[in-house]
Amino acid sequence: MGTYILRRILTAIPTLLFISFVIFALLALSPGDPTANLPPSLPMEIKLQIRESLGMNQPMPIRYVRWLQQFMINEPINAFEKATGISIGDSEGRLRITSWTARGKPVIDLVFERLPQTLWVVGLAYLLSIVIAVPVGVYAAYRQNSFFDQASSVLAVIGFSLPTFFTGVLVIQIFAVWLGWFPSLYNTTLRVTDFDSFLQQLRQMIMPVMVLAFFQVATVSRFARSSSIENLRQDYVRTARSKGLAERMVVTRHVVRNSMIPVVTLIALGIPGIFGGAIVTEQIFAVNGIGQLLIISIQSNDLPVVQTVLMIFAVLVVVFNLIADIAYGILDPRIRYN
Amino acid sequence: MKHSGNRRTFLLIGLLAAIALVFAACAAPAAAPSTGAEQPAAGAAAGLPAEPGRGTDGTVTLVYWQEISILNPYLASGTKDFHAASLILEPLLEFNQDSELVPALAVEVPTLENGGVSEDLMSITYKLKDGIVWADGTPLTADDFVFTWEYCTAPLTGCTVQNFVAVANVEAVDPQTVKITFRAPAPYPYIPFVGYLSPVLQKAQFENCVGEAAQACSDQNTNPIGTGPYKVKEFRANDTVVYEINENYRHPDKPHFAEVVIKGAEDASSSARAVLETGEADYGWNLQVEPAVLLDMEAKGLGTLMASFGGNVERILINFTNPDPALGDKRSVWSPDDPNPHPFLTDIAVRKALSLAIDRNIIAEQLYGPAGKPTCNLLAGPPAVASTNNDACLTQDIAAANALLDEAGYVDSNGDGVRETPDGQPLKILYQTSTNSVRQKTQALIQQWWKEIGIETELKNVEAAVFFGGDPASPDTLNKFYTDVQMFTNGPDNPDPQQYLSNWLCQVEGEYVIQTPANNWGGSNVERWCSPEYDALYETLKSATGEERAQIAIQLNDMIVQNYVAIPLVFRASVSAHANSLIGPAIGGFESEEWNIEDWHRAR
Repeated sequence: MGTYILRRILTAIPTLLFISFVIFALLALSPGDPTANLPPSLPMEIKLQIRESLGMNQPMPIRYVRWLQQFMINEPINAFEKATGISIGDSEGRLRITSWTARGKPVIDLVFERLPQTLWVVGLAYLLSIVIAVPVGVYAAYRQNSFFDQASSVLAVIGFSLPTFFTGVLVIQIFAVWLGWFPSLYNTTLRVTDFDSFLQQLRQMIMPVMVLAFFQVATVSRFARSSSIENLRQDYVRTARSKGLAERMVVTRHVVRNSMIPVVTLIALGIPGIFGGAIVTEQIFAVNGIGQLLIISIQSNDLPVVQTVLMIFAVLVVVFNLIADIAYGILDPRIRYN
Repeated sequence: MKHSGNRRTFLLIGLLAAIALVFAACAAPAAAPSTGAEQPAAGAAAGLPAEPGRGTDGTVTLVYWQEISILNPYLASGTKDFHAASLILEPLLEFNQDSELVPALAVEVPTLENGGVSEDLMSITYKLKDGIVWADGTPLTADDFVFTWEYCTAPLTGCTVQNFVAVANVEAVDPQTVKITFRAPAPYPYIPFVGYLSPVLQKAQFENCVGEAAQACSDQNTNPIGTGPYKVKEFRANDTVVYEINENYRHPDKPHFAEVVIKGAEDASSSARAVLETGEADYGWNLQVEPAVLLDMEAKGLGTLMASFGGNVERILINFTNPDPALGDKRSVWSPDDPNPHPFLTDIAVRKALSLAIDRNIIAEQLYGPAGKPTCNLLAGPPAVASTNNDACLTQDIAAANALLDEAGYVDSNGDGVRETPDGQPLKILYQTSTNSVRQKTQALIQQWWKEIGIETELKNVEAAVFFGGDPASPDTLNKFYTDVQMFTNGPDNPDPQQYLSNWLCQVEGEYVIQTPANNWGGSNVERWCSPEYDALYETLKSATGEERAQIAIQLNDMIVQNYVAIPLVFRASVSAHANSLIGPAIGGFESEEWNIEDWHRAR
């Protein structure tokens, strides 16, 4: 296992380098301009001057190498310094990746500013959907074609097919406009200090979490159901039953465990998505997390932010792929990597 | 077997624990305790004192669907940033809701009569109000103004404000007196340090941020020290700004709100919803929403819409050069020796017919509603400089347009429904604008009307970031103008039209300012229209004052409009809404909407 992990980590390095180049090149070559949102009366010469002051006139390979150095070396050192308080070398003069629209603000700071609300909303929705979807899927498979199975299938199809930009606006119209129960704008400056503010936090989280979880439950429960159905027909299940094991033990110890392999892939590969935020849902509820950061940076052509955020996603996807592979080995002893 | 099973369980638990740890670490800041609990945005009307005093009225929440990126106006990336900065930083004079000048940091408005403006119009002298201090307690002096001018004019600062273009020098006569000298006589001297576009920065704070260093001064750019009613409490770029009272603000009873929150929203309609339907917010900026939807929301009775007309006009620009792709490098390129004329748009009959065929009333009513009225002028506001000589264009006249084209010799000789020029070229027009639903609907209406006069129109829309951007490599910017006509909005930045009218000049001080590759497409004359008469009349505007000045501005506007260099369509307003429980917002077209926020208070 150890050598396998090591090998995987080593092969990840060229993969990530390649991804970083593709991300950088695609964005650097795409049309768009950070000066476009400036007041329209601004003369072109000034726009050109601003482009120059943002370093846009340098050749692309130079910008790539500088960005790579900042992303791979400078920013991790900064993060380490921030976390531990130990300073390494010239921490003031170190070049950082900074946002164009928020002139001078380091991108990593922007990301950290937005992680809490993204993790709260998207992460909670994710956890909630797993907790609901796995038992629902397994039970639906166990009672195949029962009323419960039919009902959960219908709900899953609805959840699948309704996009979050539709359900989001729908729940806002119902719960915020008509009933007035929950706020339609998420307050990112809210601090949970007492019971009241905790209630407020709950109220503002309910709608986005609901919308996201509905969509996730549909996906995960379908996987859990089909995988369980397959396993319920296997010989080892019959063997377990004929040994006289209680039904509960047969399902939980044998069926669920073996059915979890495709579900674990789905879940593990979905985790980078939590850090990436839910772009549409965050926009609709003004959660202003990472997804929204990415969207507005694309809109305002804030390339350093877009490149950095996408690169962070790429790293997370590679890491969680690895974690999923390790988890297989734990769930199914037959899978060995040596 | 048993042993390895336990180890696997252990590993699985460890894995889960690791993931949980990552979550906990990242989520921790949100749960960190802090002083000052948040209050609900609206509806805190109970328990107010009879008269509003300093900080008595709780929190006011403003929704801006374009989130705030920066609080230093000199590096701002959009109008919203200027607005957000105006709560903190102040200019010498500001404009009220009627676009009249009122003193902010200055004692009075300097004029020729009171001697503040020199007889030769070369300089203006401001006296600062006594005893004004910055939020950090240090006194405001004339040196801060000198510094701000130097800061913005240092080339590498990347200053986005052009209020100092005509300024030759700013000097501190004494700590309380600022003297601004112009490069040429300035009949309208109220541009530098006037209005929300050019407030004063604190020298002590920004001293090390001049030139190249400006971009990296993150703390200064997001938390400037000002003299205004508020200061930053928390700044979350592109999300939320929380302001608290500047204790050193000069009015002892103001501002009335203890806290101001500017919150982002998904789009204009969710901003409108938060103010007019759910009552979560007290103020919503720039509500570009379908007119019918907006009026419907207002009917719920929670809030009120306000429109402020500055000088912005949506117009169609005519390309006087030939944009034919077959021309290669010479496409849309004008030069003094070779004007590269457009095959038929250089004929005034065609341009006039294009204008006659448009029904401006339908566009304004159906697509803009409270946010626009039909106009026949490019200089449509303020009222003092708005011409009344062109109002005939408000009536659509397809028959007259057809007759005009027939008479000029453009007839449909091959019966395909499209007219041809006398030498056989069909009247086909490529019409571009930025991607925006209102603009695309306008395009569709106009395409239909132009079809009725035998002109075929192909529509094109370009992503706003590209269209309005300055990328010299892109073929789709409005500056390159690689189409026959294009549409966007422009208008003067202040009530004086001199700067705005310079957009149609052919030459400035002997240099051609038409956009060409030679000036990196950096000229100002987008239409590539060159008229010595216009340039000559503009010269007289530069020294005219008072009523004469307004008359010349009107004549200049008429000259452009009656030559159909650009076809004005809609005089656009910015529409904002305030909750009925909020008293005080009064918006004009040339000032930040929060210019008087120190007077805002709750209804009682």
